[in-house]
Amino acid sequence: MAETRYTKDHEYIRIEGDVGVVGITDYAQGQLGDVVYVELPEIGKTVAKGEEAAVVESVKAASEIYAPVSGEVVAINSALEGSPGTVNEDPVGEGWFLKLKIKDKAELEALMTEAQYQDYVRSIS
Amino acid sequence: MAETAEPLRKTPLHGEHLALGARLVPFAGYEMPVQYETGILGEHLWTRSHAGLFDVSHMGQAALVGPDHETTARALEALVPADILNLKPGQQRYSQLLDEAGGILDDLMVTRPANPLQDGELLLVVNASRKEADYDHIAQRLPPGVELRRFNDRALIALQGPKAETVLARRAPDVAALGFMQAMQTMIAGIPAHVSRSGYTGEDGFELSVPAERAVELWRLLLEDDDAKPVGLGARDSLRLEAGLCLYGHDIDTTTSPVEAGLAWSIQKRRRQEGGFPGAARIQQELKDGPARVRVGLRPEGKAPAREGAPIVAADGREVGRVTSGGFGPSVNGPIAMGYVAREVATPGTGLALTVRGRALPATVVPLPFVPHRYKRG
Repeated sequence: MAETRYTKDHEYIRIEGDVGVVGITDYAQGQLGDVVYVELPEIGKTVAKGEEAAVVESVKAASEIYAPVSGEVVAINSALEGSPGTVNEDPVGEGWFLKLKIKDKAELEALMTEAQYQDYVRSIS
Repeated sequence: MAETAEPLRKTPLHGEHLALGARLVPFAGYEMPVQYETGILGEHLWTRSHAGLFDVSHMGQAALVGPDHETTARALEALVPADILNLKPGQQRYSQLLDEAGGILDDLMVTRPANPLQDGELLLVVNASRKEADYDHIAQRLPPGVELRRFNDRALIALQGPKAETVLARRAPDVAALGFMQAMQTMIAGIPAHVSRSGYTGEDGFELSVPAERAVELWRLLLEDDDAKPVGLGARDSLRLEAGLCLYGHDIDTTTSPVEAGLAWSIQKRRRQEGGFPGAARIQQELKDGPARVRVGLRPEGKAPAREGAPIVAADGREVGRVTSGGFGPSVNGPIAMGYVAREVATPGTGLALTVRGRALPATVVPLPFVPHRYKRG
C-alpha cells in the first residue's frame, strides 16, 4: 500500500515510487468549503519544498497549496477545471491536484505520518 | 483574523447557530455564522430558489425620536442626501450618512413607522461595523428636541427568497400586503415584530425586528417550514455581490461618493435641487457633470475569481482602478467583481483586465446587477 505523508498546511503527498500525488486532506476541504476554482501549475515546472504549487479558491477566499517536497510537476489533474467540486467530494481520490517527481526522498521524513496527522487534526479542531 | 482584546459579542441567536452546526467566525466584533452544514454554495442557491433565514442581529437598530415627522425628518436630512421629509408612513428608504466632503460614512435604511402614534419617529438600521461611530456622529448633530435611541435589546432576522412571502404569510398573513420598501408593525404567531419588505440579496424578502427575548422562538418557528433554511454570512455576501449591492468598507467608504458608487437613484429630486446635506456641492457637481470614476460590474473570462484589491487594467496597460468586491457568483456560475474605473472605460462592453497573481485576466464591463432583482413591486 502506498504511503501518504502530510504537511501542517493540510496537503497530502501519496508516494507511488518516485512520484508523489499531491492534494489537500478531507479536513482541509471541509475548512475551505465549496471549491469553485483550482489553478494548477504547468507540467514541467520545478517547485521547491514549501513553494506555492497551486491555488484553490472557495466561494469566500483563495488559498495557496504548497509543495510538500521539492520536485518537478509531471502531471496535473485537468479534470478539476471543469469540476472543482471534486476536491470536496473526493479530496484524496479523484480530487488530487498534481503529481511531483520527488527530487529528494529524504524530504519526506520531515512530513507527518498518517497517525501523526490525525493527532495534529485532533489537536487543532 | 486579527486577535482583539475585546471578547466577541453574541447575538440572541448564538445558541441556535451552535445547535445547527454553524461555523462561527468573528465579524464586526460579533461571533457570527459564516455558514451552516449546507455550505455557502448550497445556502446561496437555496435562497435564490426557496427562502433563506439570516441572523443579522449584529446590525445597529436605533430610532430618531422628535416631536413630529417634519422636525425629525429635517434633523436626519442634515446628515443624509435622501428625501426623508416626504417618506409616507410605512415607507422605507436606503440612504447614506455623508461626511463634509460627500464621502460615505455608512449606508443605512430609514423607515417612517406606519403607526400614527409613532409620528416623529424614524427607524434606522446601520452596519454592525459602523454602529458606534454612526451613533456618535448622529447624536452630536441632532437639534434640541430630537434624540437618538439605540435598540440594544432587539434582534433582526432576514427572510429572503422567492418563498419568503409564503413562509412568513403562513404565520402572519398581513405581511403579504407589503410592497418592496414598505414596513408595518404586526404579530407573527404572537410575537410582536416590525416587518419591512427589503433585504440584501436581490430577492423578495423581509427583515423582522423583534424583542431579543423572542428571537429564538421566531427563528425556530420559521425554520419549521420546509421552504426555509438557515443561511450564513458567506452566502449573504455572495448574494449581495450578485445583486450588485455595496458592502460598506469595501465598495463604499469615505473615499467614495454616492454618485461615484452608482447610488444617485437614492438621492431624490428635491434633495438634488435643494442640497442641504453634507458634501452637497460636490455631489450636485457630480450629478451635473458626471463623476470622474464610477462603480462598475466586471465579468472575468474563464473561471478564476478576482478578489478585492485586484488591479483593474485598461487595454493600454494603465491601471484604471481596483476591484472592491469580487469572487464566485453561484447563480452566475462564474467569477464576478465590482470596482471603480475612470468614466472613459466604464461603458458596458468595454474590455479591461484584472491582475490576479501577476497575470492579466481579460474582463468585460457589464451592467449591474449580475442577477436580476426580484423585488415585490407594488
